[in-house]
Amino acid sequence: MSASAPAPRRGAPITDIASLRADFPGLHQQVRGKPLAYLDNAASSQCPVPVLDAMLRQQKMNHANVHRGVHELSSRATDAYEGARERIRAYINAASGTEIVYTRGTTESINLVASSLGGSLLGAGDEVLVTEMEHHSNIVPWQLVCERTGARLVPAPITERGELDVDAFERLLTERTRIVAVGHVSNALGTINPLRELIDKAHAAGAVVLVDGAQAMPHMRVDVRALDCDFYAFSGHKMYAPTGIGVLYGRETLLDRMPPYQGGGEMILTVSFDRSVWNSLPYKFEAGTPNVTGAVALGAAVDYLGGIDFDAVTEHERALLDYASERLLELDGARIIGTARHKAGVLSFVLGSIHAHDLGTIVDREGVAIRTGHHCAMPVMERFGVPATARASFALYNSREDVDRLAAGLRKALEIFA
Amino acid sequence: MNELNDLYREVILDHNRDPRNFGEIEDADRVVEGVNPLCGDKMTLYVKLDGDRIADVRFKGTGCAISVASSSLMTERVRGASVDESMRLYDSVHDMLTGSGAPSEDLDKLAALAGVREYPTRVKCASLAWHALRTALAGGEDRVSTE
Ligand SMILES: Cc1ncc(COP(=O)(O)O)c(C=O)c1O
Repeated sequence: MSASAPAPRRGAPITDIASLRADFPGLHQQVRGKPLAYLDNAASSQCPVPVLDAMLRQQKMNHANVHRGVHELSSRATDAYEGARERIRAYINAASGTEIVYTRGTTESINLVASSLGGSLLGAGDEVLVTEMEHHSNIVPWQLVCERTGARLVPAPITERGELDVDAFERLLTERTRIVAVGHVSNALGTINPLRELIDKAHAAGAVVLVDGAQAMPHMRVDVRALDCDFYAFSGHKMYAPTGIGVLYGRETLLDRMPPYQGGGEMILTVSFDRSVWNSLPYKFEAGTPNVTGAVALGAAVDYLGGIDFDAVTEHERALLDYASERLLELDGARIIGTARHKAGVLSFVLGSIHAHDLGTIVDREGVAIRTGHHCAMPVMERFGVPATARASFALYNSREDVDRLAAGLRKALEIFA
Repeated sequence: MNELNDLYREVILDHNRDPRNFGEIEDADRVVEGVNPLCGDKMTLYVKLDGDRIADVRFKGTGCAISVASSSLMTERVRGASVDESMRLYDSVHDMLTGSGAPSEDLDKLAALAGVREYPTRVKCASLAWHALRTALAGGEDRVSTE
């Protein structure tokens, strides 16, 4: 086994998306005696072989602590860790590796900004503007810092289709708005927000913008400089990498001015009992021994995604979503929650009076994995007057057959509850 | 009988469709709110006592078929029962949902819930009402969670 990572795929980007299914061993198994149809990708997606190989190689041959060792393994681990950072930087087109902070995931990325930037920027009378479609992890960190600083959290409303009411958003943007925190793609509704437009409006009002990109990364190529966002948060496990690793992209000029989020090793240059001197970016925000294998895996995931034609991915997932919506609406009492004109591969629905939890159990017996509940978006459930929904969410490896299997499972539920 | 039929037995589907004792008791002695964070379900249990007997018991809320049926079956069974008897039933139900032996005989109609134990993710749905009842009878907190 060689110590270094294999070169990323070269050559023309892959356009035959259906062929990629073979790369994901997790999909090729029987569940409850049936072939698995995995449709819970918005929660966590499966890992392809190159990601799994990179993890094993790192953990098996290069396992050591980073940055602080003079020995060979530590320097290999450091190279792999920093090499991954550089590839992630290039993948999202950040200007510099100093702007790529490794975190545990989207949640930690947002908490970092809320606590560090929010804590130093916000005061009584200031406002943080979010939207009604946010995941709890883009609501609660702001609530916490608002409580601490006397600032106010303001939610921009969404429409019956589950789209952001952009006019209302604009009206709520005032000189009191210091921070705008908005999701790129909604996990509960699938809505793709008109991000560039929102960012421009927020900047014009003098606000700093954080984007929750957790659901966008697996579905589209994101260019943080083209978006002109100030922060972009995402999780590895929703983009074909493992759990426990994520990224905060932050504009260097802002990160530079922000106080550290956590204290510990790695984030300091010198420590004495009088005073400590913070390390340079991005290390100032990476206290403690990091998730090296996770970072290496995320690097492998962006290599994998970098070799794929994303127009083809978008088309593939769009076709699946359309097909699934059609098949669903053939069923008695089916109602889709979230019918935005621009939607990623997320299908949230209710089926008559059958509770989502019962649907989830019944289709699981057919080998079909979906998510049921409030999807960490209770305000969205309240907005649509449902306690819970069932949600099928698509990744690039899903097929029409997966959708057919879901439809068959739902028919079974209708029979049981007839 | 396939396994799904074992979970969704006719008794359960019936009590889900047509829950018994659904509603509030205005002058209840005990009101307990139960939440199941897993599915976002909420139920409120109302108990009216007459000495150490349950004179009336009702519930309200939204939930999956298992949790609605379990609440309905429970209220039907413990109305008129003594507090001690109800606490013993709680233990029998708990054993049935989490154990491996045959459901104990005193369960009677409640044994319809026995299929739930093959579905570990659903045990909380079936036990929510019973946790609420035990809390109500113990007269302690007014809120229980299955987490
Ligand atoms: C839109 C959105 N934001 C944030 C998160 C939180 O991500 P994580 O749990 O990986 O921190 C999720 C995932 O559940 C999500 O879908």
